[in-house]
Amino acid sequence: MNASDTRDGKATPTLDIRQLSRVVAGVALVSDISAQVYAGEILAVTGPSGSGKTSFLRLLNRLDEPTSGTVLLEGNDYHEIPPRDLRRKVGMVTQQAFLFPGTVADNLRFGPRQRGMELADSEIAKLLSKVGLPGYEGREVAPLSGGEAQRVSVARAVANAPIALLLDEPTSALDDAAKAGIEELVRGLVKQDGLACVMVTHDSLQAARVADRVLVIELGRAVRFGGAKEVLGAQSDSA
Amino acid sequence: MLKAIVHDQMQLGLAQAAVTALAAMLVVLLARKRNIHLERETAVALVRGIVQIVAVGSVLVLLLRGPQWTGGLLLAAMIVAAGATSAKRASGIPGAFPVSTYAIACGAGSMIALMIWLGVIDTPITSLVPVGSMMIANAMNTNSLALNRFRSDVLAHVGEIETALALGADSATSVASYSQASMEASLIPAVDSLRSLGIVWIPGLMAGMLLSGAKPLYAAIYQFVVLAMILAASGLTALVSTWLIRARVFSPAEQLVLRPGLPSGVRH
Repeated sequence: MNASDTRDGKATPTLDIRQLSRVVAGVALVSDISAQVYAGEILAVTGPSGSGKTSFLRLLNRLDEPTSGTVLLEGNDYHEIPPRDLRRKVGMVTQQAFLFPGTVADNLRFGPRQRGMELADSEIAKLLSKVGLPGYEGREVAPLSGGEAQRVSVARAVANAPIALLLDEPTSALDDAAKAGIEELVRGLVKQDGLACVMVTHDSLQAARVADRVLVIELGRAVRFGGAKEVLGAQSDSA
Repeated sequence: MLKAIVHDQMQLGLAQAAVTALAAMLVVLLARKRNIHLERETAVALVRGIVQIVAVGSVLVLLLRGPQWTGGLLLAAMIVAAGATSAKRASGIPGAFPVSTYAIACGAGSMIALMIWLGVIDTPITSLVPVGSMMIANAMNTNSLALNRFRSDVLAHVGEIETALALGADSATSVASYSQASMEASLIPAVDSLRSLGIVWIPGLMAGMLLSGAKPLYAAIYQFVVLAMILAASGLTALVSTWLIRARVFSPAEQLVLRPGLPSGVRH
């Protein structure tokens, strides 16, 4: 199935994913997936373990190279965009926060520093307030809880002022309370900042809670794509 | 004890080689009891070592009678062989052989040339080849340690490296701390050798010079000179190799190609 969809009244999706495939050592990890993600919406990517969800996500900011296909970022072929600029525009948050040693502020400054920009203290305070960690600037990252670390990780990605955000199982290592907090944070950020968000999750209940649309991948192929209620409803009907 | 049993020098040499190899294999067997398996690697290294040194010794005898340029040729061949040996410590990294060979050539080769020009190393083959080979061998060890450490650090920190890339960092920045750590670790043996000179060990070169009638103080100073040259050659080798290898673990689009489970040679 080619997971194409269109939305009336929105001409250019932030991410227009066109027939992406990736084959490694003769094995197709991702096969011919197309989808569109618009500003201010969350696309949940679900499917069983090993189905290719993360492999698909890694193609969207070119952490891996597609064997064929491409992504149009606001209408521009992402192969034409220098990888560093692309990754600045398409932020990513992974299952583990992978915070750099130092303070929370050091982590938030990392991205902008790569292009010679220095975040002001007030901007850091604003970002931390946005992710629900006011006053955390000077804290060392090592003793932070999993939920706090993940919030810092989200703030670090947002510090780069991206137009799209990729989330790879961002709550799978968190307890229920922290998970709910991150879900709320992500929904708030996406709606408030108009980000196009792609979130990989193995949890269809989470997909139902946070996503506007859902893409189901099995064996590297898109098998369902559409509105969250429609796709997840069809899934529960067929189960 | 051996000297009491064997009187012929050649036979004595073979007997000494046999017992030392046996001692090494006994240690390997002890390690095996702790599930550390070095049997094959050690046996191959021992056989290779004896065959190579006897072969080179024989060639040296011929070369010592040959023209002076053959010394340079021999050192060049040694650099290539050192590059091939060292590259095996960086399995999975494409282009480890040229990187190792360039690094050793830059580090040891340029230092040998500089020292010949300054008059620190004599040009006769009998001086050039032994001193030059010491520098090449040490540069090779440094290169192996640097590549091995870099490889394992990268494989152990894929998440951190890709996080940096995903935030817009360039490939050099994303592995800078691992490059630095591998360079520092690779120089520990050379620095420690110099630091412990005369206290923990009296190297063979000085002993040889004393036996051949050199003044003790000059022999001691020259030993320091050789170790300082080794440190300089090793440092330059590590600098070049950690700089060159960095580019080999990324694709042109700054994607990390050295990752667990990713077959080597996968194109990005």
